[in-house]
Amino acid sequence: MPYVVRRPDRNLWEQSYVPETVRGLGVTLRHFFRNVFGRRDTVTLLYPEQRRPYPPRFRGLHRLTQRDDGAPRCTACLCCQTACPAECIHIVAGEYPPEHPLAHVEKYPVEFWIDELRCVSCGLCVEACPCDAIRMDTGLHPRPVEARPHLIYERNLLLSISDTAGNVHTANPRKK
Amino acid sequence: MNAFFVWMTVAKIVAFVLFILTGGALMVWVERRLSAMMQDRVGPHRANLGRFRLWGLIHILADGLKMMVKEDFIPRRADRLLHALAPILAFFPVVVTFAVVPFGPTLDFAHLGAVNHEGPLFSGPWATTLQVATIDVGLLFVLAIAGTGVVGAVLAGAASDNRFSLLGSLRAASQMISYEVTLGASLVGCILVFGTLRIEQMVLWQHQHVWGILVQPLAFLLFLVAGIAESKRVPFDLPEGESEIVAGYFLEYSGMKFAMFFLGELMEIVVLAILLTVFFLGGWDVPFLFADGLHVDLPFLDTWVWNWPHGVVVLVQLLGFTVKVGAMVFLQMALRWTLPRFRYDQLMDLGWKVLLPLSLGNIAVTAVVLAALR
Ligand code: SF4
Ligand code: SF4
Repeated sequence: MPYVVRRPDRNLWEQSYVPETVRGLGVTLRHFFRNVFGRRDTVTLLYPEQRRPYPPRFRGLHRLTQRDDGAPRCTACLCCQTACPAECIHIVAGEYPPEHPLAHVEKYPVEFWIDELRCVSCGLCVEACPCDAIRMDTGLHPRPVEARPHLIYERNLLLSISDTAGNVHTANPRKK
Repeated sequence: MNAFFVWMTVAKIVAFVLFILTGGALMVWVERRLSAMMQDRVGPHRANLGRFRLWGLIHILADGLKMMVKEDFIPRRADRLLHALAPILAFFPVVVTFAVVPFGPTLDFAHLGAVNHEGPLFSGPWATTLQVATIDVGLLFVLAIAGTGVVGAVLAGAASDNRFSLLGSLRAASQMISYEVTLGASLVGCILVFGTLRIEQMVLWQHQHVWGILVQPLAFLLFLVAGIAESKRVPFDLPEGESEIVAGYFLEYSGMKFAMFFLGELMEIVVLAILLTVFFLGGWDVPFLFADGLHVDLPFLDTWVWNWPHGVVVLVQLLGFTVKVGAMVFLQMALRWTLPRFRYDQLMDLGWKVLLPLSLGNIAVTAVVLAALR
């Protein structure tokens, strides 16, 4: 349905532009003189020296949780790889041999790659995982590197990262 | 033309060029730091020499160094000659305008300590005007040079082989040509009142009578607006409109060539401040200060005169000039960080439908009033 965009109501005083400009200048100058001569209102955080504490649900770098015996909890079900919208997870699944103590688990990731540069930190992989094997509770940023391939993290590196409390196991006892 | 005249001219040119270049570099700091203070930010303060940070002033050195060692990028299909020529053509008019501006009255090296009873402008064997070139079409020279500023912007866009650059230079051309009309027309009122085109005589008139802003307040406003539009800064920064055309006509420039556009634009602020000071704020005139010293006129009392030596008077007047220019620079900075950008049709409306008729009306009213007073 066509409709009319109403022009904002302005009287001649405002429409003549100059007095309102002067009023705007007043605001600018008030801030300027207060910041220069009075108490500072600056809200800038001087980053490397001052840091803002991250909220507890901050989604940091991924980690793969370990079982109590140090093996990955991941069962290579590929749920995370399927859920990932950025398609940055790549898993090569393998099978434990029958005589292996973890043979009842059946599958494990032989390779587990996450391209942290493609990751959009959506957390869907964490949601998708049925075994709480992948988590984003490390509180870390990917560290700066000199070449892009260095930000494609592999299985053992992901397994070695701990959460903010230094724990490499699952933080969710329900999934034990 | 004696040796003293030649050497003084060379000395003045060197002094002014140094003044302009350091002023331009300083403007980078002023812009960044002032805007930070106006917007409740901290601004640049990291660069340091050991323990000295000097409120971020050292960033000037860091910036300069960075500009010099940056890659000088030229697009593959750009016109190499014009691409190199454009920054020079954009920078040149800014510097040249300083040549005809009187920074102070006549300075006589033979009588620095004596009291000067001859008035501010005089000639003598050791006297020199504080102005590089005293030409009798000073004001027309300023307008003519300002008119060539558009050439650099247009060439830069045309030579870059980039559509955004081309759009930017198209906008720059139409904007600058539109506002140049007002720029010139607003000064006609001043020419009528002051009765001269020589800039030093215009300042002298204001020194002897009143400041231009009191007789031509509307012209001051028009000249200020048109001048800001000429310098292509917010609220008239459509040629650069980051949100629409990336950076406009100097998009394909980097390193020192970019620095020339950037410094040129910042120095245009200083040029506009100087022109406003000279045409409307009395130039080097300091209230109550005359060539022979301080005159205090109070009603019902005798004029009280305190004679100062010639050198001191000129020094104070130079200081007064600097303070006024500083105030005008500050005004432009505050405007730039207050107002949002115009829309393109609003820009053209303002230029052709508001400013131009107002400036023409100003000329008519001034002429009628002057004829009536005659
Ligand atoms: S956080 Fe999202 S984008 Fe990153 S790996 Fe997990 S599912 Fe993929
Ligand atoms: S991390 Fe979780 S979701 Fe992904 S493959 Fe392993 S068990 Fe499945």
